[in-house]
Amino acid sequence: MTTATLHDVRFIEPEKSRNYLNTDYGFFSWVLTKDHKRIAILYAVSVTILFVLGGFFAMMMRLELLTPEGDLLTSDTYNKFFTLHGIVMIFFFLIPAIPAVLGNFILPIMLGAKDLAFPKINLLSWYLYMIGAVMGLFVIITGGVDTGWTFYTPFSTQYSNTHVFGTTLAAFITGFSSILTGLNFMVTVHRMRAPGLTWYRLPLFVWSTYATSIVQLLATPVLAITLFLLMFERVVGVGIFDPKLGGDPVLYQHLFWFYSHPAVYIMILPAMGVASEVVAAFTRKKIFGYKFVAFSSLAIAFLGFLVWAHHLFVAGISVYSAMIFAFLSFFVAVPSAIKVFNWTATLYRASVSWNTPMLYILGFIGLFTIGGVTGLFLAALGLDIHVTDTYFIVAHFHYVMVGGVVMAYLAGVHYWWPKMTGRMYPEWWARLAALLVFVGFNLTFFPQFLLGYLGMPRRYHAYAPEFQVLNVLSTAGASVLAVGYALPLVYLFWSLRFGRLAGPNPWGAVGLEWTTSSPPPKDNFHETPVVTWEAYDYPAMMKAVGETQHV
Amino acid sequence: MSSVPNEEHPHHPFLQHHFEDLGQQHEASTLGMWMFLSTEILFFGGMFLAYAIYRVMYEPAWIEGAHHQNLMMGTINTIVLIGSSLTMALAVWASQLGRRLLTVALLVATLVLGSVFLGIKAFEYHAHYEEGLFPGVHFTYQSPLAAKVQLFMVFYFGLTGLHALHMIIGAGLLLYFIWRAWRGDFGPEYYSPVEIMGLYWHFVDIVWIFLFPLLYLIGRHH
Repeated sequence: MTTATLHDVRFIEPEKSRNYLNTDYGFFSWVLTKDHKRIAILYAVSVTILFVLGGFFAMMMRLELLTPEGDLLTSDTYNKFFTLHGIVMIFFFLIPAIPAVLGNFILPIMLGAKDLAFPKINLLSWYLYMIGAVMGLFVIITGGVDTGWTFYTPFSTQYSNTHVFGTTLAAFITGFSSILTGLNFMVTVHRMRAPGLTWYRLPLFVWSTYATSIVQLLATPVLAITLFLLMFERVVGVGIFDPKLGGDPVLYQHLFWFYSHPAVYIMILPAMGVASEVVAAFTRKKIFGYKFVAFSSLAIAFLGFLVWAHHLFVAGISVYSAMIFAFLSFFVAVPSAIKVFNWTATLYRASVSWNTPMLYILGFIGLFTIGGVTGLFLAALGLDIHVTDTYFIVAHFHYVMVGGVVMAYLAGVHYWWPKMTGRMYPEWWARLAALLVFVGFNLTFFPQFLLGYLGMPRRYHAYAPEFQVLNVLSTAGASVLAVGYALPLVYLFWSLRFGRLAGPNPWGAVGLEWTTSSPPPKDNFHETPVVTWEAYDYPAMMKAVGETQHV
Repeated sequence: MSSVPNEEHPHHPFLQHHFEDLGQQHEASTLGMWMFLSTEILFFGGMFLAYAIYRVMYEPAWIEGAHHQNLMMGTINTIVLIGSSLTMALAVWASQLGRRLLTVALLVATLVLGSVFLGIKAFEYHAHYEEGLFPGVHFTYQSPLAAKVQLFMVFYFGLTGLHALHMIIGAGLLLYFIWRAWRGDFGPEYYSPVEIMGLYWHFVDIVWIFLFPLLYLIGRHH
């Protein structure tokens, strides 16, 4: 870190400094870029569009469920909407959101690298994502798909008359985008760290992204081959998973969940990484139990591979394997709980700054805990059978996916927004949005726990009249949530032009990303940094920053 | 202080600017290929798993299916493919020594052997098609176990088809590297692409080493 450059770029308007945003201009300088920061922006725009689309389907479902009768959407349309909501949100938003947007932008900078190890492959993975997304859009426009996002056979291969082939092909292609991102991150973490940046000096976001990458690399190909077999069966008309022709539909479910359960950790692990960064930055403390938090990410990645059959408790698997999978599913809660305890211990007696990222992360910790603990209910065999295919399941995974991942994504977007754009978001509006998201979220999904426990099944457009009060609450919450999500879209755009200048380190946070200018130059650093401090070592870093400022 | 390239150490023409040196670039790209291959193992692994489960469930049909494989062609193909791995390994060695023409010759030999493999495979596919063993509407094979034999043939075509697809991609990459080797890009300092190509080619070879016994040999003695 050279003192002169750092000093020179302080509080200069982004338009007037030389940075990654203004080194080149024009359409092709973006769609053919190999700069990880620009690719992150491309991803940010794409996943936001897809999020709005997925949100539209969700909102339509909630409106349908306002009344017990199936009056707004026909049952066929409703089937398509929950299917498309699931596919769009999982494959095109939750999985790429944190790794491909925030990870892409910040990971190489955290490592002190000029770029990811394979910049061209990084761009390729964005194109694969876009090909998948455009195919998905094409499917939606030409009639949709109604199998549920799980594509269970033999309905998907033999009976459904909707666009199963196009959708699965889109998911197949997008899967390779995810694999290549994971591969790129892993190689980058192994080979591109700045001098002095040992493994135990890495920010915890890097550890959790690394653990995510392992899952992406080893689980996603299994989904790919499963969807390949599904497409083979549907197109050629053979019975790989069709019991009539000798196939086994339970095998499909095993193969599908062998990816799709670890996929939950693809979504939540990077969210946990964001939580660690934000908790440390806004408490001005070292993360309590750094190594426990770091290795718990790897433990989650590993254990995540051993629990898939808890999705099959009612599919006719043997009771002994069900017991083993129940036990292993309880086990995966241990490393998750370690993280929650360590964040809490970090917060203990800290002077917390109540900025927007911290608000989101406090929400994240609470909601993730509820989502995780209700996950334990579902790992318990007897209770799982009672609530399988009810709204209890829907509430549980939305607490993890929306209360967990989306909250952490928004925390990360706000936390690194000044780094990405050089400007601050408006704090008051952002806090309001965070509050609306938190309130709206709980109002939407907490009633669904009750509905599920009372026995309301998921995936129907009509329901018994006694469930209406809770459903009205849920729909009202969804409206609040929608406002909460719409606000950042407005004020973040506003801040691009009118936001306060951020300077290199608006939070006074540690980490290499805060030592370079905002927005960073094309090569991230003006000179390759040398790391001599431990992760989250506030005393040492504050000293270094102090020296810089006094030159 | 700036992004001006360091004048004391002029860059190697193939050093990408985000790497510090060729050593780091080499390490990164070989590690990347190893990780890609681990993905590939799980990609094929899913289908191997399904194969294994149905083999246990429908062993008689699997035995019947194996008897419709052309053992001679399979054996020749195995030898051809192992031979291509040998020429590929030698090509890596030649490129490390910077022996341009030898590298080109060995890569061309690898490409020729790979093409021979694909040719023989196409011949076998044709024979299966003639016999009515291609799954789907063209499946006219008559036997009490026909439905399960069809399942066997699904895995036969699925596994060998994916393998052949990898061979075709490998052949395309070989063409590119033959051109680069001809141009004289490779030498003791810079040979990573050939080495990575080798890793990929050996992997595809190893997949076949598993496919050959699973599809042709097991059950043959019954």
